[in-house]
Amino acid sequence: MNELSPQKLTAKDYATDQEVRWCPGCGDYAILKSVQKTLADLEADPANTVFVSGIGCSSRFPYYMATYGFHTIHGRAPAFATGIKLANPRLDVWMVTGDGDGLSIGGNHLLHVLRRNVDIQILLFNNEIYGLTKGQYSPTSRPGTRSPSSPGGSIERNLNPCNFALAAGARFVARTVDTDQKHMPDILKRAHGHRGASFVEIYQNCIVFNDAVFADFTDKKAAPERQLRAEHGHRLVFGANSEKGLRLNRDKVAIEIVTIGENGITEDDILVHDETDALLAQMLVTLDGPGAPVVVGVIYCNPVETYDGGVARQVEKAKAAKPNADMKELLFAGSTWTVG
Amino acid sequence: MATNLAQKPTASADEHVPASLESVVIRFAGDSGDGMQLTGTQFTHSTALMGTDLATFPDFPAEIRAPTGTTFGVSAYQINFGARRVLTAGDQPDVLVAMNPAALMTNLDALKTGGTLVVDTGSFNDRTLAKAGYTSNPLEDGTVAPYQVIRLDISRMTMESVKEFGLSNKEAMRCKNMWTLGLMLWMYGRQRQSVVDWLRGKFAKSQQLADANIAAVNAGHAFGETAELAGDLSHFTVGRADVAPGVYRTITGAESLALGLVAGGKLAGLDIMFGSYPITPASTLLHQLARLKEHGVVTFQAEDEIAAICSAIGASFAGSLGVTSSSGPGIALKGEAMGLAITTELPLVIVNSQRGGPSTGLPTKTEQSDLYQAIYGRNGDAPLPVIASSTPGDCFEVAIEAVRIAVKYMTPVILLTDGYLANAAEPWPVPDFDGLEPFPVQFETNAENFSPFTRDPKTLARNWAIPGNPGTEHRIGGIEKDFVTGNISYAADNHQLMTDTRWNKILGIADDIPLQEITQGDAAGDLVVVGWGSTFGPIYRAVEQSRAKGLKVSQIHVRYMWPLPKNLGELLKGFGKVLVPEMNKGQFATVLRDNYLVDAVRLNQVNGQPFKVSHLNQVIAETVG
Repeated sequence: MNELSPQKLTAKDYATDQEVRWCPGCGDYAILKSVQKTLADLEADPANTVFVSGIGCSSRFPYYMATYGFHTIHGRAPAFATGIKLANPRLDVWMVTGDGDGLSIGGNHLLHVLRRNVDIQILLFNNEIYGLTKGQYSPTSRPGTRSPSSPGGSIERNLNPCNFALAAGARFVARTVDTDQKHMPDILKRAHGHRGASFVEIYQNCIVFNDAVFADFTDKKAAPERQLRAEHGHRLVFGANSEKGLRLNRDKVAIEIVTIGENGITEDDILVHDETDALLAQMLVTLDGPGAPVVVGVIYCNPVETYDGGVARQVEKAKAAKPNADMKELLFAGSTWTVG
Repeated sequence: MATNLAQKPTASADEHVPASLESVVIRFAGDSGDGMQLTGTQFTHSTALMGTDLATFPDFPAEIRAPTGTTFGVSAYQINFGARRVLTAGDQPDVLVAMNPAALMTNLDALKTGGTLVVDTGSFNDRTLAKAGYTSNPLEDGTVAPYQVIRLDISRMTMESVKEFGLSNKEAMRCKNMWTLGLMLWMYGRQRQSVVDWLRGKFAKSQQLADANIAAVNAGHAFGETAELAGDLSHFTVGRADVAPGVYRTITGAESLALGLVAGGKLAGLDIMFGSYPITPASTLLHQLARLKEHGVVTFQAEDEIAAICSAIGASFAGSLGVTSSSGPGIALKGEAMGLAITTELPLVIVNSQRGGPSTGLPTKTEQSDLYQAIYGRNGDAPLPVIASSTPGDCFEVAIEAVRIAVKYMTPVILLTDGYLANAAEPWPVPDFDGLEPFPVQFETNAENFSPFTRDPKTLARNWAIPGNPGTEHRIGGIEKDFVTGNISYAADNHQLMTDTRWNKILGIADDIPLQEITQGDAAGDLVVVGWGSTFGPIYRAVEQSRAKGLKVSQIHVRYMWPLPKNLGELLKGFGKVLVPEMNKGQFATVLRDNYLVDAVRLNQVNGQPFKVSHLNQVIAETVG
């Protein structure tokens, strides 16, 4: 933040003067609002903040943030973000991608930025469809999805973004919902606070090509029964009265849905969320079957050294070992001989 | 045997006074596991330290360990060294060292008639002969009759020389190359100390292996001395070359390129972020730079070619100098990202160590066939400067120049080198770094009326404001940008203006590069031979020899491939004919024809080998008519 203007920035101060060009009613508006609010809450310095994106509807995001921004090429945002962090590890880098950009054309790069644990926040807007190219099915589209390129219904099995992230070695995996303006800023703040690659899947409604695809668990009425908000140290319960929960079936190493008070189930039977437990995280993100809720919140958080931190450490070590390294010495390295 | 070596040796009455040679070409050839590249580089190093000029040509297979004894697993290293200026690795070896039948099979044709063949008879048996494709033993059936053959059971003598160190059979046999090196060092009067020092370092963790290898070198050397006394072998001296005074070191193209990039970064006042993905023959550059962290170099081994260039562009966006490197197939993958760097106008250096193509092509063989790709190979009107290095040492200067142009004009620059230059070595006068002109980058920090696309009226380069600086926050991307504000713009006239501006910016660089000089010869004549890149040495030698024969031939060797030097078209008009030898199907000839409507005669060779001087001489004579 500019030292001459000590007054706190508001969400609006993080918005540019550019006209936002998403379709009316697009979930991206809500996410933009949430991110701007989050930056204001964090008192983020716009000069030190960089938004990087690939190509797609979601990737227009940087144009609307009054920070530094780089709208790059399809699928490659993780590589640009990595280069930015290697050039200047002090920068606060947010990467915005979608299910097509991040998991189809850019799947390889997303894998490696997570595996390397580059210290950035990755927001993956998942709308289970290609929006900007007018509605083809995406890698997260469910089998049977009818689209211009799958008129008979998609016959591809869909990818689970959080499961992908965990398998890639991500050390921070979270989920939230576009319209949930209370939940999302909290999750974004956690992602921001995490040192390393923070992966946040945001269920985002594409009103034009895939409207209401998440309605069964995001509608206000349905949410309590179909969403489980995981919180570290708290029991994994859901339902209007928190009467349902997740229990570990020890015979099968599987999670089952139970109701407290039924069949002798007590609160003590319900799993306590441990966000450092990778196996639990995997079970939570893949939870499926009758009555199973969609788990949102910080599902996994278990920091290790960041890639950019490791690189900086090696550079510092090399510089400490050769404090007087100069070009002349380098040019004359090895065996030389003199003529004349 | 002496009389058949290279130039006229000075005969001596005393057989123990070595005959003096002006220059010699030796080719070491063996199985890819035999360590021929190491043998060659150590011979080179020893030779260089003695002040002899030299040029080398490592020629190895793409397979790391091809099946032993096969012809496709043969690895060779050729060195031309002399008491005069040496510009090429030599057309034909005077001496061929063949470590097995396959090496003989694949290299004997190259040996000069009457040349010396040193052969390890211990590796010749029915099995190895058959594997190499011989139906009878070439050492006995007259095949080697045109040559001076030195038959030595190197295998057995090596085993004996390292017996006392208790190595396994396999380990002992791996000392064969050092025994051979020892013999060749003796034969050409080279010093052994640099080899001993190198072996001590290489085997620092195993005294036993160090001692055994040194013993093998010494045994080979001692064998030479003893055999000479018996009259079986002769040895020669090759004197110091008459080169400019100064401090020298040997350098390969990859080494000097790495040094040039680091120097360029320092002259620009920028750290370097080198993003690369391993590919032959470009990986050496990654290896070189990965060891220079103390000089502000960060290397990033990316997950693929695309990520490599994208990380470099990201680094430039954030205020480092992004550099990426690859060979043809990888450069193809980087094309889209180059377009982004062009349209966002960020500095970037893209090194292409060219190899035989298309597709995977010939990974370890040299070619110049990516010139079209460099100048034209992107979607949209996407111009960028292209420069080419011509010798291993020249890579240093060219790298600095690439950095200078990239930061001054806010543009990606393609630097063309090739597999031959990357691996070839030559003595290099160490440059005076303090004498180089710095070109420090000034980042835009002024927030007042800031637009990321405000341009320098002269260079047309946009400003460079980097994250971290308050007040200059901005967004850039691949979508067309408004000429004034830099915001997204789809306006028709604006796209015309921006395309024209990007185009003119690159063409304007022609005002900022040296005028083309006649590399050799007069400014007018019957023929000019125009070359670029690693063909410099053979073309220079051929033009020199043609001129000595009285032909009115000149040479123009071009470094700035795009934009071309302003006066090049005029220079070409001074000659009756223009001959363009290239290791491709005529790519630069196309560029010259297109730009100057000149009837450039093509001379094209794509056999993975450098041009031979004799071949060029012949074509020059024919073209002059």
